[in-house]
Amino acid sequence: MAKGNRQSAEVNSGSMADIAFLLLIFFLVTTTIPNDKGITLQLPPYTEEPPPILEENEKNIFKVLVNAKDMMLVEDEPIFDAKEIRGKAKEFILNFGKPDADAMDVYNSLPPSLKSLSLKNPKSSDFPKEAIVSFKTDRGTSYERYITVLDELKAAYYEIYGARIGMTADEFRNMDRKKNKAKYARARTGIPMNISIAEPGKAGGTGK
Amino acid sequence: MSKFKKKSATSQDIPTAALPDIIFMLLFFFMVTTVLRQDEPEVEQRFPDATQLSKIEKKSLVSYIYVGKPRNIDLYGKEARIQVNDVLIDKEEVAQFVNEERDKLEEAEKMQLTLNLKVDNNVKMGIVSDLQFELRKANARKILYTALPRGME
Repeated sequence: MAKGNRQSAEVNSGSMADIAFLLLIFFLVTTTIPNDKGITLQLPPYTEEPPPILEENEKNIFKVLVNAKDMMLVEDEPIFDAKEIRGKAKEFILNFGKPDADAMDVYNSLPPSLKSLSLKNPKSSDFPKEAIVSFKTDRGTSYERYITVLDELKAAYYEIYGARIGMTADEFRNMDRKKNKAKYARARTGIPMNISIAEPGKAGGTGK
Repeated sequence: MSKFKKKSATSQDIPTAALPDIIFMLLFFFMVTTVLRQDEPEVEQRFPDATQLSKIEKKSLVSYIYVGKPRNIDLYGKEARIQVNDVLIDKEEVAQFVNEERDKLEEAEKMQLTLNLKVDNNVKMGIVSDLQFELRKANARKILYTALPRGME
């Protein structure tokens, strides 16, 4: 039998691009690029009654208050720009008003840029381990303002940690903690991140 | 000497044989880099800006809680609500959700459960604080507030 008319053995691939386009558009539409970045926080353990705050500790507490109208009060002084909080918090944490022996070692290990922030004011914090940053909001405070202020408080600590090991706050945060355990520990020794989120007040109402 | 004579006989077609390959490359890129979303948020989700952002270290340890004004106002009202797993819940049910999520983890990792709070910008602190109180009761104390990176300082 003679071979008949030879038909082309190739598969027509002209529409391949169209099929691929269709798939591409499907994936473009159905998927979202996840943004899994955020501000971390460790909540305090649950207790039946809130622990009483001692009067003598007052100077070791850095008070940040935000009311239902999103107005801020830092250490009993009204402030209008949340960015001011970072500097004030750093000065408070690094005050070293009445350091004990361990705290003195911490102080001596600080780089000059952080030492210069230490005002040794007897009315401010004794040393970083004792210093507590207390952040109290109202039930009517907006979440946006809460995050803005919390961000500034975290920034204060991260900038201190970063400066201790010669990094910026960003570099410190994005450092691989498992690989740089020693560095991470060195940045944090003697200066724990004492951010306390107080139960919000109800004075400003819950709003609408 | 004809003025209108074409100068050369080069082909005017652009070769399109490699086009499917290019498109496939794009396709694979999107297939690899994107993840299908698990939950469909029933509440408004616009996040605040922040600078001090950290990445989630281990995704399997993370559970998501959404808070915001419901999208379907007629059905759920205007007040901000808490959503987990595609359903809106009351704050009393949060502890149950946490325990369910914790049961999914390995024994050694149970205490490392991280709650990613996806809270809308316009929510008031009242509901967030109630939610955090419930989480403390359930002893799920590692949380992460979703926020977007702020532009330049």
